[in-house]
Amino acid sequence: MIPVRGSTEKSAHHLDPARLEQVRVSENAEVAPGIYRLAFPRPWDFIPGQCIALTLDPRRPARFYSIASGAQDPAVEVLYDLVPDGELTPRLALLAPGDELFCSTPFGAFRDVEGPSCWVATGTGIAPFISMARSRGAEGKLLLHGSRSAAGLLERPWFSSLMGGSYVPCCTREKGEGIYPGRTTAWLSEKRLPAAERFLLCGNAEMVVEARDILIGRGVPFADVVAEIYF
Amino acid sequence: MKTSLLGATRRRLEEAAAEAGLPGYAAGQIADWIYRKRVTSFEEMSNLPRAGRDLLAERYEIGLSSPVKVRESADGTKKYLFACGGGFVEAAWIPEKRRGTLCLSVQVGCKMGCLFCMTGKQGFQAHLSAGEILNQYLSLPERDQVTNIVFMGMGEPLDNLDNVLDSLEILTGDDGMGLSPTRITVSTIGLLPALRTFLDRTRCHLAVSLHTPFEEERRRLMPIENVHPLSEVLAELRARKERGQRRVSFEYIVFGGLNDTPRHARELARVLDGIRCRINLIAFHAIPGTPLASSPRQKMEEFEAMLRDRGLLTTIRQSRGQDIEAACGLLSTRELVRARGTPAAGSVE
Repeated sequence: MIPVRGSTEKSAHHLDPARLEQVRVSENAEVAPGIYRLAFPRPWDFIPGQCIALTLDPRRPARFYSIASGAQDPAVEVLYDLVPDGELTPRLALLAPGDELFCSTPFGAFRDVEGPSCWVATGTGIAPFISMARSRGAEGKLLLHGSRSAAGLLERPWFSSLMGGSYVPCCTREKGEGIYPGRTTAWLSEKRLPAAERFLLCGNAEMVVEARDILIGRGVPFADVVAEIYF
Repeated sequence: MKTSLLGATRRRLEEAAAEAGLPGYAAGQIADWIYRKRVTSFEEMSNLPRAGRDLLAERYEIGLSSPVKVRESADGTKKYLFACGGGFVEAAWIPEKRRGTLCLSVQVGCKMGCLFCMTGKQGFQAHLSAGEILNQYLSLPERDQVTNIVFMGMGEPLDNLDNVLDSLEILTGDDGMGLSPTRITVSTIGLLPALRTFLDRTRCHLAVSLHTPFEEERRRLMPIENVHPLSEVLAELRARKERGQRRVSFEYIVFGGLNDTPRHARELARVLDGIRCRINLIAFHAIPGTPLASSPRQKMEEFEAMLRDRGLLTTIRQSRGQDIEAACGLLSTRELVRARGTPAAGSVE
């Protein structure tokens, strides 16, 4: 295994096209409408919350994806939304087991530590929290996961089983038992905030910025809010 | 719907000319009409054959569009609002005694989620095309007085790299407007792969949003620190040893009591060691709902002195347009709230 990379390194050679390594797809399936899970055998160690850069052609800019598998799992998994007019994801969706793609080593510093935290995600922004929960469990954590539809609440049965009432699925367009009917940001506005030492946000920019504003407005120091953005 | 030719590079114009039955060199003539003579119709392209002009007009439009709103400050600064990409973008015209600076936007909204930024509160809606970026310049009433262009408006330029590079090619190319790249500055929060491409492919000035030299603190202010740490951006700049005409500057918004301490000055001097650069200290324009505060002028001057004492070329950027919602994104967010009819969190209304 290649050693894990930390955020203290002083160069970004991991993103050099020449240093991207070829990996072979072991799984690539649509796990919810428009959402895919891609996996390949794990070639290195990583810290839950880190991301990787993927591309099918090292001459083209790689895209970044949070790792959605546990640190000890045999495969590295990522989640991606199929963007019909996107440059990469329509081609990623066509990959079959055995096909090759290019991947960076893990990087990034979106991390949690032991102790009470509140995790807030929308859509495939759940990926780093899947990784954290699979790696170290979810004791002391509260997870809010927002999606338009119940089908988009990836790993819902597993999170329900693992976290019980500390897992709060939120849907804006579907109602269901145990599902909060609204956005994660509405929950953060209405409900009593957990006694978390930190809030970790991952998802689209609008949710991240709105959730952060709400938390700060409700008295959470901004130093206790850590955000991961999609771009 | 006709395709806009504004923003088309030489290669794209050659394709359009060929489609209209015109020879390859007509691409240069079309570019001259659009980018230098600033015509608003193909009819005015009098050195092109009539049949070619008609064919171009059937398939294409020039693509210029006027601003939908303007606000003027007592200090002469103007903010123009352009409708595009399903929202609004701002272009700021900042006249001074010896020069006139135009600040351009590159995206409707922004994905970067910086804590101090109003544009980020809109979320991300669209990338601007090269034509939409250039339109802010070509449709500006004061365009003939523009001496400097800065890509520091709404959006992260290097997150819209292809369109920004196309617009720079047209702004600086002989087939475009022929401006000197030393009159153009592109600002970024440091998207590293795109930064490398920008540095490889242009000679324009670079401004990096720094705001604090401490990793943990920067992570709270700028989520990009999680992905592309400042240390990696600085390592890249240090390794390149920019010695040409390109100027590298660091933007530093001064937040009262947060990043204006002697400790910050010492660390800035340490992390910027070996990079030929200047630092621009910027007063923070408070935005709704922010936990951040402005730093008093005297405190900023003290901080400037601390940096200068450590050998860093430092200036305090003059604040302009404070009476017309100078914070970037504020005016367009107000307009967006009006158009949607519903205020969002951290709303300005």
